[in-house]
Amino acid sequence: MSSGAGYGTYALSKRRIDGLFVYAVIYLAFVYVPVLFLPLFSFNDSIYIAFPLKGFTFEWYGKMVDSPGLITALTNSLQVASIVAVLATIFGTLAAKAVTRYRIPGRGPIVGFIMIPLVIPGIIMGIALLILSKMAGLSLSLYTIGLGHMLVCVPFSMLVMISRLEGFEKAMEEASMDLGENAWVTFWRITFPLSVPGLIASLLLSFTISFDEFILAFFLAGTDVTLPVYIWSQLRFPSKLPSVLALGACILMASFVLVSFAEWFRRRGT
Amino acid sequence: MVDRTAPTAALGEVQLTLFQRMRAIFLRYEPLRGFALLSPTLGIMLVALALPVGLLGAYSFWTQNYLDIDHTLTLANYLKFFKGIGIEFQMPGIEFSPFAITWPIGIYLPIYPSLLLKSMKISGMVTLATVLLAYPMAYFIAFRVTQHKMIWLILITIPFWTSYLLRVFSWKIILGYNGVINSGLMSLGLISEPISWILYNPTAVVVTLAHAWAAFAILPIYVSLEKIDRSLLEAATDLGDGPMMRFLRVTLPLSMPGVIAASLLVFIPTVGDYVTPKLVGGTTGIMIGNIIQSQFGKANNWPMGAALSIISMLVITALICAVLWFTNRARKRVA
Amino acid sequence: MSDESFISIRDVSKHFGAVKAVNNIDISIARGEFFSLLGPSGCGKTTLLRMLAGFETPTTGEIYIDGEPMSATPPHERPVNMVFQNYAIFPHLDVRGNIAYGMRKSGLSKPALDAKVEEMLELIKLPGYGTRGANELSGGERQRVALARALIKQPKVLLLDEPLGALDKKLREEMQLELRALQRSVGITFVFVTHDQEEALTMSDRIAVMSMGRTLQIDAPVPLYENPKRHFVADFIGTMNFFEGSVREVANGATTIDAGPIGAVRAANRERSFDVGSDVLVAIRPEKFTLSAEAPGGEVNVVEGRMGPTAYLGDRSHLYINIPGRDQPVAVAMQNLADSTTMIAPDQPVWLTWSENAIVLLPPEDV
Repeated sequence: MSSGAGYGTYALSKRRIDGLFVYAVIYLAFVYVPVLFLPLFSFNDSIYIAFPLKGFTFEWYGKMVDSPGLITALTNSLQVASIVAVLATIFGTLAAKAVTRYRIPGRGPIVGFIMIPLVIPGIIMGIALLILSKMAGLSLSLYTIGLGHMLVCVPFSMLVMISRLEGFEKAMEEASMDLGENAWVTFWRITFPLSVPGLIASLLLSFTISFDEFILAFFLAGTDVTLPVYIWSQLRFPSKLPSVLALGACILMASFVLVSFAEWFRRRGT
Repeated sequence: MVDRTAPTAALGEVQLTLFQRMRAIFLRYEPLRGFALLSPTLGIMLVALALPVGLLGAYSFWTQNYLDIDHTLTLANYLKFFKGIGIEFQMPGIEFSPFAITWPIGIYLPIYPSLLLKSMKISGMVTLATVLLAYPMAYFIAFRVTQHKMIWLILITIPFWTSYLLRVFSWKIILGYNGVINSGLMSLGLISEPISWILYNPTAVVVTLAHAWAAFAILPIYVSLEKIDRSLLEAATDLGDGPMMRFLRVTLPLSMPGVIAASLLVFIPTVGDYVTPKLVGGTTGIMIGNIIQSQFGKANNWPMGAALSIISMLVITALICAVLWFTNRARKRVA
Repeated sequence: MSDESFISIRDVSKHFGAVKAVNNIDISIARGEFFSLLGPSGCGKTTLLRMLAGFETPTTGEIYIDGEPMSATPPHERPVNMVFQNYAIFPHLDVRGNIAYGMRKSGLSKPALDAKVEEMLELIKLPGYGTRGANELSGGERQRVALARALIKQPKVLLLDEPLGALDKKLREEMQLELRALQRSVGITFVFVTHDQEEALTMSDRIAVMSMGRTLQIDAPVPLYENPKRHFVADFIGTMNFFEGSVREVANGATTIDAGPIGAVRAANRERSFDVGSDVLVAIRPEKFTLSAEAPGGEVNVVEGRMGPTAYLGDRSHLYINIPGRDQPVAVAMQNLADSTTMIAPDQPVWLTWSENAIVLLPPEDV
C-alpha cells in the first residue's frame, strides 16, 4: 500500500505524487538553487564565478576573515541590529498594549500612521531622513542608521505584539488585578511571562530586518558602515567577489542555525 | 426603592482626598491611560516619520541653484516632472542631461512620467509572477501537507534569511555573460556562445525580484487558505461540485484577502526598488528608484529628487487606495 | 438598621459613546445575599458586574461597598473578587500557583499558605491537585480552581460572570447546587450574572431582571415567578400564556375581565388595580391549568378547546390546546402522575379550568 521510501517528515493527504507535488518540489528548487550557488562558488578555486568548477579551497574564507573592513562592518551591524531590536520591541509593545487594552479615540488612524513606513519605498524614506539629518545638523553615523531602522522595525514589532496581545490575555490581566496586584506587578507576573513568545518573535524579526537592511543604511551611513553597505562597496571589485560569496555562505549558515535553534526552543518551551 | 435617608445619608459625606480624586479621574477616563502608554512610540514616529516626510515635501517646492538651495517656493520641480528634460537652449552653451532622449529643437519627452509608469509596470509584472507562482505552493502546504506544516514553511523562508543584496547578486552571477547559466550550458556543449540577453534588461529585473519576494507572497496566501473552514468544501462537494469547481467557487474567492495582501506586500516595495535595477537592470531596466537616487548623487538636484519622491508616493498611495476600494466594493456585492 | 445597603448601586449609568449600556440603575444588595443579575445578551448585566469589579467606571452615579465609595478605588484595591466567564486561569502557573496568586501580599509564611491552599482544594473537592498544570484541567475543574483562587482571599463580595455557561447540562446542575451550598457555608455576598433563568431561580436569594440597561424587577425567585410585574419579566422567566382583555368589573377581592377567546376571567386582586374598561393582559402559567375531558360547568375561568400537539418529557408533559379565535395554542404543563386521567387524543374536545389565584394581570405595554 505504501508507495515506497522517501516521504520523510511530511505526509501527503492522498499519498500520491501528482502535478501539485512536482510543482512544489520545483518551486522549492527555484527558491533554493540561486541561494545555494553562494556557498557553492565560495569553495571554488577560481576567481571567476562560472562553471566548470575548478577545485575546492578555503582561500576565500581566509581572505574574508582577513579583511578588517568586513569585521568592522559586521560588528557595526550586530551592534545596530541588537539595539534596534530591543528598542523597537519595547516601543512596539507599549504601543500594542495601548491599542489593544484601552479604548482610544482615533485608534484606527493612529495605528495606520504608525504602519506608514511599511508602505513607503525605502529609498524615499532614506532620502527624507537624510534631509532631516542635514537640516538638523546631525552628522551621519550608526545612530542615524539606527533611527532609520527603528522606523521600519517598530511597525513590525507592533504588528507582532498586537496579534499576541489580543484575546484571552485581557482577562488574565483583569484577573490578576482583581486578585489584588496593581498594574506594574500584573505586568511582571502575568503579561510579561505570557508575552515572551511574542517578544522573542519581535526581537528576532527586528534584528533580522535591521541586520539585513541596505537602502536606509546606504543613505544614512557616515564613516562607519553596516555589513550590507560594506558588501555593496565590494561588489564592484571582481577580485573581491569570491570573498563576498564566502560571507554570504556564512550568513546563510548562521541563519539556518539560528532558525533551527529558535524552532527547537519553541518546541521545547511550549 | 432604596431608602435614601438614614444609614445611606452618611455615605454622601465621605470626603475624597485630592490624590483620590485625581486617581478617580484617571481611572474614569480610560483614553487618558491609553494615550499615556502610546505617547513614547507615537513621539518617535512623529519625529522619524512625519517630520522627515514633511521636510521632503518642503524640499520639493524649492530649487537647486548649482551649489545652493533656493528657498523660494515654486512648483518648478513638479512642472519639470511632466515636461521631462531635454536639451535646453541656453546661450552661450548647451546643457546636456544624461537621461534624456531629446530632439535638438527642444521638444521635451516626458521621461519622468514614462519612467514612473515603467516602474509600475515592472512591479506589476513582478507581483503577478510572484503571486501566481506562490499560490500553488501555498495551496500545497495548506491542503496537501498534513503533518509538520511548520517545517515546510520554515524551509521556504530560510533562503530569505540571507542578505537581500546577495540574493540579487546571485542572480547577477547566474544570468551574467560569464555567469552560471552560460558557463554551465557551454561546458555541457549546448551552446557555443554565451547568451547575452538574459541579463541587463527588465526581464532580469522581474525574475530577480520574483525570486527575492517569493516568501512574502507565500505567507499571506497560506494564512488565508489555512483559515478556510474545511466543512465549506465538504458542503460544496455534497452539493455536487467536483474538485475544480470547488476550487474556483469556494477556495479561490475565500483566499482573495490573502492574495490581495500578498500583492500589496510585493508591489509596494518593488516599485521603489533601487538595488535590483542597478545590479541586473542595465540601462533598459532602470526604475524610478534609480532616478531618484541619482538626483541625490551625481545629478545633485535634491529638490528635484524630493519632488520625484513625493509624486511617486502619491501615485503609489492612489493606486493602493483604488485597489482597496475596488476589492471592498466587490466584497460588498458578493456578501 | 437593616443590612440593606451592603452593596449600594446608586443611579449608575454607563455610556459607551452613544450607546447606553447601563441606564440609571439602583440596586441594594444585603450582606451575605446570593444576588443574581438576569437578562438576555446585551442587557447590561456584565457591564454592571464589571463596574462592581472596577474594570469599568460608571459614567454617572456611584457604587458603595460596605459603606465605602468605589469611584476612586482601582480594581486591585477593592474588597471584591471575580470569577471570569472563561475562568482566566493562568496557563504558566500550576493549580497551586493559580490559587495562591493573590496571596502574595498576605504576609503568610510558606507553610501557612500551603495549608490554606490545601484547605481550598478540599473545599472545591479537588484534593491533591496542587501540582497539576493549568492545561491539564477539564472545564469543570478550571471553574472550581477559578472559584478557589477568588475565595481564598475571603473577599467581601464575590462576582461571578456566567461561570457555568461552558459546562454541560449535568455538570452545570451539579455545580449550581454546589455553589449555592458553598455560598451558604462561607457566608460571602455573591453577585451572579446569568442569562439562564432556571439557573437564577435555582440559586438566588433575589434576582434583578434586566433588559436594555435597566432593571425591570428585583424580587426573590418565588414572587418573581408567581407575581411578575411586567410583560417582559413574565415572559422571560419560565413559560407564560398571555391573553388580551378589557376590564368589565372591579369588585371587592376580584376583578372580572372579558378576555376574548377564553371568555370571562375572574382574577383575585393583587397590589395593582385596574380601572373598568381599561385594557389588560391576562397571564396564566402552564401548570396552573386543570384539564378535563368533560365540561366542568361554571361561567368564569373555563374554556373549551381541542387537543393539539403534545410533548412527553418523562416526568411531565407539555400539552398545547387550540382555542377557537386564538392563533397561538395555550401551553399547558402537567405532571405524569401514576393515576393520571387517560390521555386525551389529538383533536378531541378538552376543557381548561383555572383558579382565581392563578392569574397575573399586567399592563398592556409594548409587547
